Amino acid sequence: MALTKQEWIDLEKKAAELRDLCVDTVNWAGSGHWGGSSSSADILTLLYYKYANFDPKKPDDPDRDRIIVSKGHIGVILAPLFSLLGLIEREALKTFNLTGSKLGIHLDSNKVKGLDASTGSLGHGSSIAVGMALAAKLQGRSYKTFLILGDGECNEGSVWEAAMSTAHFKRKGRLDGLITIVDRNRNMIDGNTEDVMGLEPFEDKWKGFGFETIVVDGHDLPKLAEALEKAIAGGSKPFCIIADTKKGAGVSFSEDNYKWHYGAFDEAKYNTAKKDLAEYAKKRLERAEKEGI
Amino acid sequence: MAGGITFTTVDSTKLATAEIFGKTIAELGEKDPSIVCLSPDLAGSTKMVDFLTKYPERFFNVGIAEQNMIGIASGMAKCGLTPFASCFSVFASLRALDQVHTDVCYQNVNVKIIGTHSGTSFGQGGSTHHAIEDIAVVRALVNMTVIVPADGVETANAVKAAAAVKGPFYIRINRGFDNVVYNKSDYGFKVGKAVEMVEGTDITIIACGSCVYQAVQAANILNFDHKIKARVLNMHTIKPIDKDAVLKAVADTRKIVTVEDHTVIGGLGSAVAEVIVEGGKSCILRKLGLQDKFSAIGLHEDLMAMHEIDAQGIVKNALEVMKIDAEKDEDWGDEV
Repeated sequence: MALTKQEWIDLEKKAAELRDLCVDTVNWAGSGHWGGSSSSADILTLLYYKYANFDPKKPDDPDRDRIIVSKGHIGVILAPLFSLLGLIEREALKTFNLTGSKLGIHLDSNKVKGLDASTGSLGHGSSIAVGMALAAKLQGRSYKTFLILGDGECNEGSVWEAAMSTAHFKRKGRLDGLITIVDRNRNMIDGNTEDVMGLEPFEDKWKGFGFETIVVDGHDLPKLAEALEKAIAGGSKPFCIIADTKKGAGVSFSEDNYKWHYGAFDEAKYNTAKKDLAEYAKKRLERAEKEGI
Repeated sequence: MAGGITFTTVDSTKLATAEIFGKTIAELGEKDPSIVCLSPDLAGSTKMVDFLTKYPERFFNVGIAEQNMIGIASGMAKCGLTPFASCFSVFASLRALDQVHTDVCYQNVNVKIIGTHSGTSFGQGGSTHHAIEDIAVVRALVNMTVIVPADGVETANAVKAAAAVKGPFYIRINRGFDNVVYNKSDYGFKVGKAVEMVEGTDITIIACGSCVYQAVQAANILNFDHKIKARVLNMHTIKPIDKDAVLKAVADTRKIVTVEDHTVIGGLGSAVAEVIVEGGKSCILRKLGLQDKFSAIGLHEDLMAMHEIDAQGIVKNALEVMKIDAEKDEDWGDEV
């Protein structure tokens, strides 16, 4: 198992804390992209708390690993995450979306320390990540570049321009350590990905573009950790981890419900979300206690 | 000019403008290891071969994918490199606009975009390959500096200036050879500062790019044939525009003709008009360029004649403007 029992437990607690603070931030903001935030929560937890070489005390370190969250509309979970990492003061989360706040739906990398790119226009993060990975090799640095894509985002042609160049430059020995993780929550604004604009056979597409693929449960921390470790170890091809996730994960009314791409909690929904998340975290923790070794 | 990269008339007549860009960037690359070049399958067309030969590890051909090129450039810039990304102006400004807007300008990173084949300079390429809206588009972008060099010598100066300053630049150059405007590099090029090419007090012709040469020729014709003293300004920097030079032209001549190889909507003429109107002093302005229509197929010089942005066209329009006397306009006293 990629994680020790204690690591698993600790990371479960971190993930639970993050989801909970995300719901609070949605509530403070009045509304937010809870659906795609919750589906990415475990991916973000593993990257920022374990696998990325990222010291929040040195957010400008040129040798830090880069994390490009191309699905830039999940600022409402990135801001709480950066707050938990100590890069954003906790009180600032209450200003999320307010006029003049440095925090909003799509975060600004010139205003949030440690955020590697200002994303939001979908399909852009991939190219930025390629540029960063090429720069690493050219400058003789060994940092890794993690790219988090939304699955709906993969409708954008620019994702595939960048994918093509990732594999090309990897073959040419000009790029290494660029790890793509797709949050495959199967839902986009107007419905299921396969109804709106089918992505399947999704894994084959990535393979066809020259990637080594791993399909994994994106909410199973040890399995996701194992996938990340394999990708970090590297190989002759770039890696794409397709993380099967649930949009709105952990909350009864939002789970796997495309209508919760973006929304507002009324008081009852907020209370339900908090209660459901507590229960969700408890079950996951119990599993870690039981199955962890 | 400081630094060793200088060009003369001899270079300008032997080298296409893009070739001068290519030589300049190859030399700059020697001094500054952070400079990298990116091309979407246009290393030959955009004359980056010298750089590619000298620094193959710092040259990145991204294939025919302009959006990816600009995104990659922004990622590189975020990591401390100084990317020069070059492709046809029409694709840099329109195809990749979202990336230029968000990845480059919003993030305010140090990416230099060299748009080639601009205006109608790829004459026979037709309207799919003419860039007649690029100035309008890129000058609207926050943080972007926009330069339209008049010839090869000025292109070298512009590229050097861009390399020396952090932040996004768009430099718009032509396909092929430009008529020689400058016979040497040290004529005092400064970003945001117009160059007075010809002194004059009767009318001011403000031009950019390939129209500067034509404007100077026109001023000579106006002087010899019509005894009209036309001032010619090379407005090489469209953004930030030299407001002082425009307002001085308003005050001194009260008549301005702008000339650009670009649509008259949103480009040099519009930028000048904005300064005039905000200045609050009356002035007659005529904007020469493409009059809200796509261009035809043909040789660049023929297309310039068609759009009245060649010397003869400028003379014709300047003479018409000279005949207008705004102060005798019956409506002049109508303001309340």
